[in-house]
This record gives sequence, structure tokens and C-alpha cells, in this order.
Amino acid sequence: MVQSVKTDSTDEKALLKGLAVNDRKSVETIYKLFYNMVQSLILNNNGSADDARDIFQETVIVLYEKAKSGSFELNCQLKTYVYSVSRRLWLKKLQQQQKYVPNIAGLDETVPVEEEVESHNQLNSEFQMMEKAMLHLGEPCRSLIEAFYLQKKSMTDIAGHFGYTNADNAKNQKYKCLMRLRKLFFAEFKNNDV
Amino acid sequence: MQDVQLLDAIERFLRGEMSTEEIASFEQLRKSNPEVDQKVVEHTMFLQQMDQFADWKNFKSTLHDVHIQLLESGDIKEEAPKATVIQIWRKYKRVMAVAASIAGITTLLIASMATYYAQKKTGQDFERLSKVIKREVDNKVNALDNKVEARFSKGPENTPVKFGGTGFLIDGKGYIATDAHVVLNASSVVVQNSKGQEFRSKVIYSNDKTDLAILKIEDADFRSQGPLPYGIRKGGSELGEQLFILGFPREEIVYNEGYMSAKTGYNGDTLSVQIGVSANPGNSGGPVFNKNGEVIGIITARQKAAEGVVFAITAKNIFRSLEEIRKDTAYQNIRLTLNSSIRNMDRVAQIKKIEEAVFMVKAY
Repeated sequence: MVQSVKTDSTDEKALLKGLAVNDRKSVETIYKLFYNMVQSLILNNNGSADDARDIFQETVIVLYEKAKSGSFELNCQLKTYVYSVSRRLWLKKLQQQQKYVPNIAGLDETVPVEEEVESHNQLNSEFQMMEKAMLHLGEPCRSLIEAFYLQKKSMTDIAGHFGYTNADNAKNQKYKCLMRLRKLFFAEFKNNDV
Repeated sequence: MQDVQLLDAIERFLRGEMSTEEIASFEQLRKSNPEVDQKVVEHTMFLQQMDQFADWKNFKSTLHDVHIQLLESGDIKEEAPKATVIQIWRKYKRVMAVAASIAGITTLLIASMATYYAQKKTGQDFERLSKVIKREVDNKVNALDNKVEARFSKGPENTPVKFGGTGFLIDGKGYIATDAHVVLNASSVVVQNSKGQEFRSKVIYSNDKTDLAILKIEDADFRSQGPLPYGIRKGGSELGEQLFILGFPREEIVYNEGYMSAKTGYNGDTLSVQIGVSANPGNSGGPVFNKNGEVIGIITARQKAAEGVVFAITAKNIFRSLEEIRKDTAYQNIRLTLNSSIRNMDRVAQIKKIEEAVFMVKAY
């Protein structure tokens, strides 16, 4: 079922648009198109299947970020771009693990993607800080914040779900939690910056 | 509580939930109070961050879902994690190949060298060995041939050697002293030196009582040896004196060492002495030397029951018998050497000198 159909540029643009709005179909298509390529790249260069999944998902996230920014101009085949990004990501990971860096055979052409990967890593570390801060927040604050800011539920729903007498109570509680989260996040941010 | 109200205001402002009046007063507040303004900007950024984070998390979960879904539907396959060994193999394939080939070549080299040298060595050994054997065999054959020839020429035909013993020159002109029992009833006597040369001899004197016999070499091949290296001792010997003997218990001349054990021989025989040495049949008639290389006796017998008990007639007997021999005018020119010229030599040199004067006596 693997689609080895060559995508033309219009298809690719549609795909990126879908990706930008977190369209499940687009994600599926990208998966089907490129997963095996990336997997064999990782497996052939000291990686495991888990590594392959991580690298591929990160690559798609890079693609997603680019697509969302709206300023993305793809001036090569999407396949080449995906390959370049995952290759770059994998090399970085290998270096971090201080593993033997194999001379990844340059059979497939690559495009320079250093900038993208750099900004992605920046974002990634920010998100990881946020995740850490959330983790430190503790219950019920975390659930409350996630419900409101991530799942974008209405305050009334949340009040019902969490058993607050009314939406205002929930709102107050939420703001208290948010302030704590901000403190935690900025503390983490400073820690990482220094 | 002011903070909470401010946050609420900011969020409502950002989401556009404020009425126009509220917006105006809020804007006014921001302008008049920079602290509030800063907080607004800060929170705006934080909320953006939260938004992005939310998007990121949602996208990640989408990715995760898709991954699992596609795995289940079989659209993608996670290849079986390769075994570590295989990974190591992949990693070091080239290095291992090189190492293996070096190891292989080295092994081959060593093995081939080992085989080469081993073969060569054994080959040489075998060759050498065979050569030795061959030479030895040749020698034996030659010796045998010589002997056979000699026997045909020197000894009587078809007669086995009846008795064998040892004898030694008492005069370089060819007079040999030996035991009477060695040449008893012999039809003919042949002596053989340590080089294997044989000479026909004649018994010119034999005394059964003293067991002494004198032979005369009568062979055209024999050349007079001139003065003998050793002397014949007239006087007696002391107990414990170091002695050595030479004889032919086998085809080869054999040396042995001993000492003076007693001044009399078997059953108090005053004509002989007892010496402590190991002697074998064939030593009979052999000379007994002291450390100066003087002949002090001639071996005659050994006591069967005891080891190392050998009797020798004293050299004095030789002088006595010579007196009788000289009665025959043909043998008046016998001169015994009295002084040993090998007195101060070491044993090996002494033996070298003596060797030529000691003969194997074969009686037919």
C-alpha cells in the first residue's frame, strides 16, 4: 500500500497546507510517502526502529513549523527536503550521543537545512521547558491548564468537569495555576539560558 | 487578586471579548501605567507560547496516532530492530574485514613458515640420520668386508673364533703378552689392533700355572712400533692405588677404572693381585696400568659370585717368563721397556698413546 507515486508540486503544496492545519489525512500521506525512506536511512546508520520513528516525527514537525509560518518556499522535491532534514537531525543526534559518526553515504542529493533544524531545535527546547514546567505544576492545575489552553474547552465545561460550583471559581483557580506555571516556566527558561 | 483581574482582562482583551468602552479604558491603563503595559506584553507572549505549545502537542499526538494507525494497517513497517551484533558488524564491517584479512594472512604466513621450516628441519634430520646410518652401515659393511677378507687371509677358513681376549705389546717388535687360557689349544692366533688391522701371530710361550702367554706377530703387514709408550713395572703396587684397564670385551676397545684391592689373588695366590674394577669376558689378557701408565698386571679372571672382584697376574711374571723365552736364541732380542714415557700426561692422552699397543686376541 506504500504510495510510491511521484507527487507533483501542486500536490506537495496542498499537502503542506493540510499539514499546517494539523490535517490528519495530510499527515498520513506524508507518513506513507516518506517513512520507509527515513527508516532505512536511520537503520543503515547505527539507528534503531525507535530512533527512526523519533527522527521521522521530528522531521515532520519541522515541516509543520515551516508550513505554518507561511513563508515556506519549497524549491526542491519534498522528498529531498525530508531526506535532508532527517539526515541532518540524525547526524546531530549521533553527535550528541557521541557515537561513531558514520559517513552517511550521499547517494541521495541533499539541500542545506541547517537553519531550519537550528530554529526547530530552539523551539523544541522551549517546548520541552514548557512541558517540564507543566510537569512540575502538579494536579489539578495541570489538568485545568491543559483543558483550557490546550484543548481550548470553555470555562463552563471545565467547571462542570472538575466539579467547581461555577465558572468564575474555575476561572480564579485557572489564573492562580497560570501564574504558577509562568513562574515555573520562566525559572526554567532562566536556568536554561544561563 | 489584582494580578488575577489583570490576567483576566488581558485574556479577554486578546480574545476580543471586551466591549469598546472596556478596550478604551484598558488602553488608557496601559498607556498610563508602564508596569501594566509590560505585563500585558509579557502575558501576550506567554499565551502565544502556550498556543504554539498546544499546537505542537496536538500535532505530536496526531503524529503518534497516525504512526500507530499506519502500523496497524500495515502501511508502514517498523523493521525488526537489528541485533546489536549486527549493528556492531555493520559499524565495524570494514575494520573487521581488514583485521580479519590481516589475521588470516599472518596466520597463513606463520603456518606456512612453520610448515616450511619444520619440513626442512625434519628433512635434514632424516637426511642426516640416514647418512649416518648409511655411513655406519657402510662402515660396518666395510669392516665386515675387511674382516671377512682378513679372516680368509689371516684366519683359518671356516673355523669360528674359539676364544677371544686381549693382549698388549711388551716389545714394539711384535711381542704380545696375554693369558694362557686365551690361546689354549689354539690352532692359530690372530691379533687385531684398535684400527681393525689383523696380524697372524704365533704362541712362543705359554704357562698354565701363571696363566701367562707370549705371542709373536709374524705377519708381513706388521710394522715395528719402536719404543712403547708404557713401561712394565717390576716392583709391586700399593693398596688403593688408582688403576685403569683397556681391553676388548666387545669389538671396540673399552676403558675402565679401578683400584688395587688386595696384594694377593684368588685363594691367596701370590702370583696375582685383586683389583676392584668391572671387567667382562674379553678383558682377559688385558693390561692393568697404574696412574703413571706402567703395566702392573694382566687380567686373568673375575670372581663370579662377587661384582668388581677381578684378579690380575702381576707384571713381575712377565720378567720371569722372559728369562725362559730368552733361552731360545731366536728371541734373545726381546727388550722390555721399564720407564713409562706417558707418566705425566692426562688420562686421555695416555690412552691415545697406549691404544695402539693393545690388541684383540682371537684364537682359532
